[in-house]
Amino acid sequence: MNPDMIQLVLVGVVTAATPLFLAALGELVAERAGVLNLGVEGMMVMGAASGFAAAYLTGSTLIGALVGTAVGALMALLFGLLTVVFAVSQVAAGLALTIFGLGLSGLVGSAFVGLKRDAAPHLAIPGLTHLPVVGRLVFGEDYFVYAALLLALAVSHGLRRTRAGLVLRAVGDNHGSAHALGVPVRSVRLLAVLFGGACAGLGGAYLSLSYTPFWSPEMTAGRGWIALALVVFASWRPWRALGGALLFGGATVLQLQAQAFGIGLPGQFMSAVPYLVTLLALVALSLRRRAGSVAPAMLGTAFVPDR
Amino acid sequence: MASLPGSPSVRTPAPLVAIRGLSKSFGPVHANRNIDLDVLAGENHALLGENGAGKSTLVKMLYGLLQPSAGEILWQGRPVVLGSPEAARALGIGMVFQHFSLFENLTVSENIALVLPPERQSRLDARIGGLSERYGLKLEPARPVWSLSAGERQRIEIARVLLQDPKLMILDEPTSVLTPQESESLFAILDRLKAEGRALLYISHRLDDVRRLCDRATVLRAGRVVGTCDPRAETARSMAAQMVGAQIAEVSSRGGAVGAERFAADDLSLPAPGLHATALRGIHLSVRGGEVLGIAGVAGNGQDELFAALSGERLASDAGAIRIDGRPAGRDGITARRRRGAAFVPEERNGHAAVPGFALSDNLVLSRHATGEVSRGGFLRGAAARAIAREVVETFDVRAGAPDPAARTLSGGNLQKFVVGREILREPGVLVINQPTWGVDALAGAAIHQAILDLAGRGSAVVVISQDLDELFRLCDRLCVIHDGTLSPATATAETDRDDVGLRMAGTVPSPPAGTEVASAPVHAH
Repeated sequence: MNPDMIQLVLVGVVTAATPLFLAALGELVAERAGVLNLGVEGMMVMGAASGFAAAYLTGSTLIGALVGTAVGALMALLFGLLTVVFAVSQVAAGLALTIFGLGLSGLVGSAFVGLKRDAAPHLAIPGLTHLPVVGRLVFGEDYFVYAALLLALAVSHGLRRTRAGLVLRAVGDNHGSAHALGVPVRSVRLLAVLFGGACAGLGGAYLSLSYTPFWSPEMTAGRGWIALALVVFASWRPWRALGGALLFGGATVLQLQAQAFGIGLPGQFMSAVPYLVTLLALVALSLRRRAGSVAPAMLGTAFVPDR
Repeated sequence: MASLPGSPSVRTPAPLVAIRGLSKSFGPVHANRNIDLDVLAGENHALLGENGAGKSTLVKMLYGLLQPSAGEILWQGRPVVLGSPEAARALGIGMVFQHFSLFENLTVSENIALVLPPERQSRLDARIGGLSERYGLKLEPARPVWSLSAGERQRIEIARVLLQDPKLMILDEPTSVLTPQESESLFAILDRLKAEGRALLYISHRLDDVRRLCDRATVLRAGRVVGTCDPRAETARSMAAQMVGAQIAEVSSRGGAVGAERFAADDLSLPAPGLHATALRGIHLSVRGGEVLGIAGVAGNGQDELFAALSGERLASDAGAIRIDGRPAGRDGITARRRRGAAFVPEERNGHAAVPGFALSDNLVLSRHATGEVSRGGFLRGAAARAIAREVVETFDVRAGAPDPAARTLSGGNLQKFVVGREILREPGVLVINQPTWGVDALAGAAIHQAILDLAGRGSAVVVISQDLDELFRLCDRLCVIHDGTLSPATATAETDRDDVGLRMAGTVPSPPAGTEVASAPVHAH
């Protein structure tokens, strides 16, 4: 393999990692506030369908991405109303959201099956993008990738260094105490859930606008679930989620490469590799769980103030 | 409303806060009815009452956490609406919560920053350091809360309020989880606050503390004010009688002869079961028939782990580590230990001792299923279970609204009487009971104490694990102290005192020539 081929593979890894990372980053914020949203898959797939539809109709990738993001947030709003406002079980509501999203996206996208668009534009900096070996990897990704990195920077800084981040972590650690101190627990949670949905919608839109620039039903193919596992794998830290997403992206590309090179394993097995990696990572993680408290203490618990 | 126009020219002695006709109901339940209460500037005012008398509801309204159904609150003579804790804090009202309002996974300074206007981390840390000089409140800003003791946690709560420079500080049961020495250092801080002219509204069921600290006391019963008194002119007994509305019977000890060893732990060690749990290390204890052994300790020093090991919820690695009537039981589960005449009452009533949604008779089956009376051939005998449950209810005066109600419909005191009675009515040879009267009103508490002493008087061995030193000194023949998973040797109750036990609870072995002066909690010796 020559250096340019390696670069091509690495660009593929980044491309495969980006939707996972975006969805995981959003879910991470929601979970740090104490809300477990199992509807990531449903929000992603709605983002993919509506994002593609909007981009196809307007001809603008940017509008597609914005619509995908907004639709993801809209799905999250539904989830938030159920779980945060009406204190419905988060697990039940999340599973319902996934099933609902998979169904509705099929309806929304039915008119767009088989249509194609040009892939999302890539960054092009004269002189830099065409550098050998690293040019495309560092300076030639599509705009989504850079947006995701900026978002990660903002989330990481925001959680650790800002007042809003402190309030969010406090709500996830002990909602009773937060309420007693006058923190508006349910508003904080609702906002965190909306952010999670927006990120999942953007991740979904990335799939249909850049990763494979067309819409096909259920095209998320379980990536929402991998994103959920990634949050645990990352022990609720943004940069670890980036590392995890690259690992899973790598596993995805590896199986494609292996099939292309005709490695003598059944294609079905190779397709299962990313999911196997997910399972192994979760097992490994729970084995070393005793090392320190990582999960937000209120994760999955509804808050009902006494009035 | 957030800031007050400074008008020092008003020289009327208007109370700092005046509560007028305040009522609060939750649906059909009237938690507070028509309450009048004044707190003067610089006054230490006690709020007394049984559990459920409405003290917490009242102070939550003062702190803006609950909105009154009727009535008004005057702050320095002006009516105010306290719509949120921020509004209360802006006026100068601060609150130290009964169950700490802290965040385990945040650091000390993050916990404090949450209630203050945003400021630079370094400045906040410096201000926290300043509190240590001014009030002796020692805190390490960068430590996560989960690694701190109860006394240290309370210092965070107090620091949080002090940094808001409050005019009125509300303290809800501040000493219930502290050792006597930690309480003393808290009182020293409170004395200094009073000298600075701040008012205190102090809720406690420890009437001796109230007599030590407070100038005036208001007594609540069933949501109403039933009287005001000067605590220094009263005795703890006379104040308790006002709270309950009746004289509390003196618990009478039995003076029974002490028999052979019935229950023992021998070099019992177990690793910590979880992240923030405590490992048990080399526990020795021995209880004879007719004897009550007390285990004192600050919460979180291994009491729950010890209870689980004694009851068989967790098995010892060695059968000989636990003995019942002289025979090894360390590898027996809880059911096998029950069959051998032992009985257990855990700390948590709802969810551990009883299933909240089950009827009392079903809850009876849960701890009696193995000992024969309520099942035959794998089938339950519902009539027998109901009959025994009825007997428990009658014998122990459990006040229930219905014939066989769900456990969760009972008040804390009544449910506790039921779960204690359920075990005692079996006439167990060994009883292990964790926090027997935690959160239980005084009348029910006295009944439970009497039942425990009567059981020991009939020849059973009893182990009482408790944080309440008054309770232990009242009940126990011998006392030991659990600290960080190790158990001190037992001393006869008559030969020890509260200071000595308190020092051992804090992990200090008392040195023989200890004077009367006691150092504050020895956690951060310089």
